[in-house]
Order: sequence, then C-alpha cells, then structure tokens
Amino acid sequence: MTGWLDALIQGVLLGGLYALFATGLSLMFGVMRLVNLAHGDLIVLAAFAILFVADKLGLDPFVAVLVAIPILFVTGFVLQHVLLNRTLGRDLLPPLLVTFGLSIIIQNGLLQVFSADSQRLRSGAIETASIPLGGGIAVGVVPLLTLMSAISVIVFLNFIFYRTPLGRVFRATSDDLEVAQLMGIDHRRIFAVATGLAFVVIAIAALYLGLRANFDPTIGPARLLYAFEAVIIGGLGSFWGTLAGGIVLGLAQTIGARIDPEWQILSGHLAFLVVLAVRPRGLFPRAQD
Amino acid sequence: MGDTAAKPAQKFRIETADGFSRAAAAGALILLLVLALLPVVAGRNLIQDLIFLFYMLALAQCWNLLAGYAGLISVGQQTFVGLGGYLLFALTLIAGLNPLIAIPLAGLVSALLALPTALLVFRLRGAYFAIGTWVVAEVYRLVFAQIKPLGGGTGTSLTPSVTSSVPGIEWVKTLLDVRTPAARDIVSYWVALALLATTLAAIYVILRSRRGLALGAIRDHEAAASGLGVDIYRIKLAVYVATAAMTGMIGALIYLQKARISPDAAFSVLDWTAYVIFIVVIGGIGTMEGPVIGAIVFYLLQHYLADFGAVYLILLGTIGIVIMLFAPKGLWGLVAERYGLTLFPTRRRLIVYEPEDR
Repeated sequence: MTGWLDALIQGVLLGGLYALFATGLSLMFGVMRLVNLAHGDLIVLAAFAILFVADKLGLDPFVAVLVAIPILFVTGFVLQHVLLNRTLGRDLLPPLLVTFGLSIIIQNGLLQVFSADSQRLRSGAIETASIPLGGGIAVGVVPLLTLMSAISVIVFLNFIFYRTPLGRVFRATSDDLEVAQLMGIDHRRIFAVATGLAFVVIAIAALYLGLRANFDPTIGPARLLYAFEAVIIGGLGSFWGTLAGGIVLGLAQTIGARIDPEWQILSGHLAFLVVLAVRPRGLFPRAQD
Repeated sequence: MGDTAAKPAQKFRIETADGFSRAAAAGALILLLVLALLPVVAGRNLIQDLIFLFYMLALAQCWNLLAGYAGLISVGQQTFVGLGGYLLFALTLIAGLNPLIAIPLAGLVSALLALPTALLVFRLRGAYFAIGTWVVAEVYRLVFAQIKPLGGGTGTSLTPSVTSSVPGIEWVKTLLDVRTPAARDIVSYWVALALLATTLAAIYVILRSRRGLALGAIRDHEAAASGLGVDIYRIKLAVYVATAAMTGMIGALIYLQKARISPDAAFSVLDWTAYVIFIVVIGGIGTMEGPVIGAIVFYLLQHYLADFGAVYLILLGTIGIVIMLFAPKGLWGLVAERYGLTLFPTRRRLIVYEPEDR
C-alpha cells in the first residue's frame, strides 16, 4: 500500500517536470501556432549550456541557470526573428520541416561538441536530500522544487498573459493576427519575444532535467513527445491544463513502472492514446484548434 | 469529370501528357529493362547500393503521397517500416511461411493496423498530427521490445534456412555462376525493383484517377476542395491506409535483405522518416518527379559523406532548411518551372481551341 502511495506522490512530482517541458511548447503554439519539433532537443541544448557555464565558471547549477537564462532568451529571440518567422504562414509544412531539421542539427552538433557521454548537473547535497513524510515515504527536495518551479512558471506566465500590456498583445496576435497587425502590432517582434520567453522556460526545465537524471545528446525527441502528450492531455490553450496533463502523464508512468519497470514509458504513451480516444480535446480544453 | 464537360462545346480538351513525357515514358520502360538485366554485369556493391536507393525512393514516394498530396505530414512512417519488418520475421520464423508470401501479407496486416491507428491520430490536427504519429511509432517500438519470441529489446536474426528459401536463388546461382550471398542480393534486388515499379505505377494510377484529381485539389487548397464536394476525411483515410500497406511491404523487404532486426533500428525516426522527408523536400514535394531527383541526390550524399557521421547529418539538416526556405518546391520545382517539363504527367492542363482550329 505504501508502495502505491509512494508511486502516486512520485508521479505527481514527475508531472511537474513534464509540465515544465510542456509549458514552453504550449507557449509557442499559443502565441504563433508554431509547433516546434526541436523543442526536446532545445531542452537538452539548454542543459548542456547550463553544464558548460557551471563547469567553466565553477558555479552551482542553480546559479549557472541565472547566467544561462539571458543567453537563452536572446538565442530564442534571434532564432525566431531570423529563421522561424520566415516559416510561418498558411502552409503547415515549412515550420514543421525547419524545426525537424533544427532538431537533427542540434542533436548532432551536441554529439560533435560534447560526445555521446551521459552528463549530469551536480549540485552537492541537495541532489539526494529528501523530506520524510512518515510511513516510510519521503519526497526528494529536487522533485519537490521541480513541481514548485512549474507552478511558479505558470503563475508568472498567466500574470504576463492576463495582467500586462505584453500579454494583451500576445493574446491579440493569437486571436487574430491580421487585425492585430492593423492595430500597429509588429508581430515579428512579438513572436520573437514569445520564443525568448519560451527559451527561459526551457532553461528552467533543463535545470531540473539535468539535476534529476543523466542526459545525453540523443534524449531530446523523447522529451518532445512527453511535452506534447502533456499539452494534449491537458487540453490546448490553458497553462493550468498543461500542468494537469503533465501530472497525468507522470502518474501514468510511475504507476506503469510500479507494475513492471519496463512499462514506464509505454504506460505514459498509452495514457495519452486513451485520453485521445475518450476526450480528444483534452481534459481541460479552452481554445479551439 | 473533364471529359463529360468537354463534349458539348468541343472547344477545349484536357491534356495530361505532352511530347516530352511520352518520350520519358518510353525511356522509363527501357530503363526498367536495363535495371532488370543489370545484375548480369554489375558487381555486388552496386547491386546493394541500388537496393538501398530503390527502397528509399519507394518510401519517399509513399511519404510524398501522404504529405505532399493528402496534407498528412507524418513523422511516424517508421511505424510501418518496423511493423512490416517484424511481421516478415514473425511470419517466416514463427509461422514458417515463405518470405515472398510474407511480404504481401506484411503489407496487408500493416494496412489493417493502420485503420485503428488512423482513427486515433486523425483526431489531431495539422502539426499535432505529426507528433501524434511519432508517439504511435514509439508505442509500436516499445511493444515489440516486449515480445520475447522476436528477441525483445535486442532483436533477432533470420535463420539461413529462411533467407535462402526465397525462390530463385538456386536458379540465379547456376545461371550467373555466383555464390549464395550474391545470388540472395540479386533476388532481393529484383524484388526491390519490382516493388519500386509497383509503387510508382500505383501512385501514378491513383493520381491519374478521379481520386487523384481530388488529391491534387486537397494539395492545392483543402478548404476549396472540400467546398467542391471532396470528402476530405475519407480520402485522407484511404491514402493513410494505402501508404501504410506499401510502406509495410517495403519494410518487410528491407528486413529480408538486412536479415537482422531490432526495435531501435526498425522503428528509427532518422532512418525511415527523417531521410525520407529530406529526399522529398530536396527533390520537390507534391510531384512524382521530386522524390526521384531527391533520392539520387541523397544516395550521392550518403555514398560520399556518410563517413563523416554527425557532420554529415548537420549538413543534411541545413540543406533541408535552406531548400524549404528558399526553394520550397525543391530541385525539380526549379527545373520544371523553368522548362515546363513533366516526366510523370499527373497534372491536367486545359487546352482551349479557337473554333477554326478544329
């Protein structure tokens, strides 16, 4: 019984990580209808960036991420402005193919620079620290911080979207691009800012990815799939839905792993397919399409 | 449709082929004959390279029909390559069937499994459909990794008794005076050539038919096609299932040739989808000629640069992005626009006469 309760708690905490993966994807799709197939690889790229900064400057990953965030914001801004904005239009194919190409370039670029070795972000005692809850159950500090960060990121993004002028512009371009342009909005710059913000979320996701487990250049695509599944399970258009989707996915994986360790990933995928069959618009849908 | 509309006025007709494409058709028949007779003179390396080229081109034509015409951008076609491969192994190793019977059966079962798969992933629209198909491929990969009789996660090999049971090997051995492995390659080569020719012919016939007209309309403007009465959902479903059948058969052939299968290789997104997308985009999406050009370019790049590993893949990705941004119709698009050529006349052209012309 404790085993199952433990699986439930760990599942919810794992869901926090998946929600962080998914929020960046959700943000870019929400503002500019861009589905970024390189999203998972960008998370891995960011993890390597944090590792690089931490190694070179001798910083703790929690400090290194603060250095990496402005760099990643600028990277995202430039990537959107120079490359991705050119792909947007009525046709679906260009954004998909360009981000797919980007995914292959990032994976192999990382292989070339950092080799295929597994890496990990090291942060000393906090990595293994845990808080006992009694009854033989304990929650790790890093998983707990992951979930709390996911909630903070979502509160922050909701604040930007619904309480600031920038958020109003985001919602306007998302609702009707042409009318927004008529109102004098420079949508290219707005999209670039949105991608920059998504990269900040990616940096935070990468921090916890690297602290919780080993990573190597090839694991990006699987993170993209988890992010995508969390978005679809939660329902498009709501960051809280994405958090719920991440938690459902995390629960499915830990419960599956509890039955048979080899079934962890498969159970997550199957949970996604079941939601798709039963509630194709997700559990908490808000937006159309 | 065009014919009945054309009769009353007699002032215009619908033309597809022109002189150049008729010459190309004759050339294609000669090329097919030459390729069929090639093993008599060619070395084993060339035969193996051509098998690779043939199945990549066949896969590319299938993906092109799916993405270029029906607008179903899938990054999960490795599902059906892997499924076809595993079905071949199951049907020959466990059920004891002859490989040549197992190949069409693998195609049939792939199509049967594609139907429920489609009902699920078709709920996702546009770009999300793409990632959904990828999830499905992962599900199949993880499921096959659990099937112990087929080697589980590490995979399994075909026994020599299966690989040498393909009819014709003994005949080729005596006729061309070669050893068994070379004879096996030659028979695989012929099967690959036959499968490629069938795929090309099938897609050509589909595109020339009434359904093909509807597909072209979907490619050009989906909403307008729907407005003119094209049943978009049904036609997309039909294309998805048909390409699954073809892709499954190609997968079965690929793994008959490789004689060794594992879940990671059989359901590899890089090998069976990324390369294929690259071929179609480089050559020109939404035409039958494009993938042919793309496959040849890809074959040359692979032949000369594959040893560079990661750098080669970075180069492929970059070329793909550059083509998509600056020449979205691909290499064939550049040629065709300039000279107005068609090798596979699937496009209908309206020829209007002045009355005195007749």
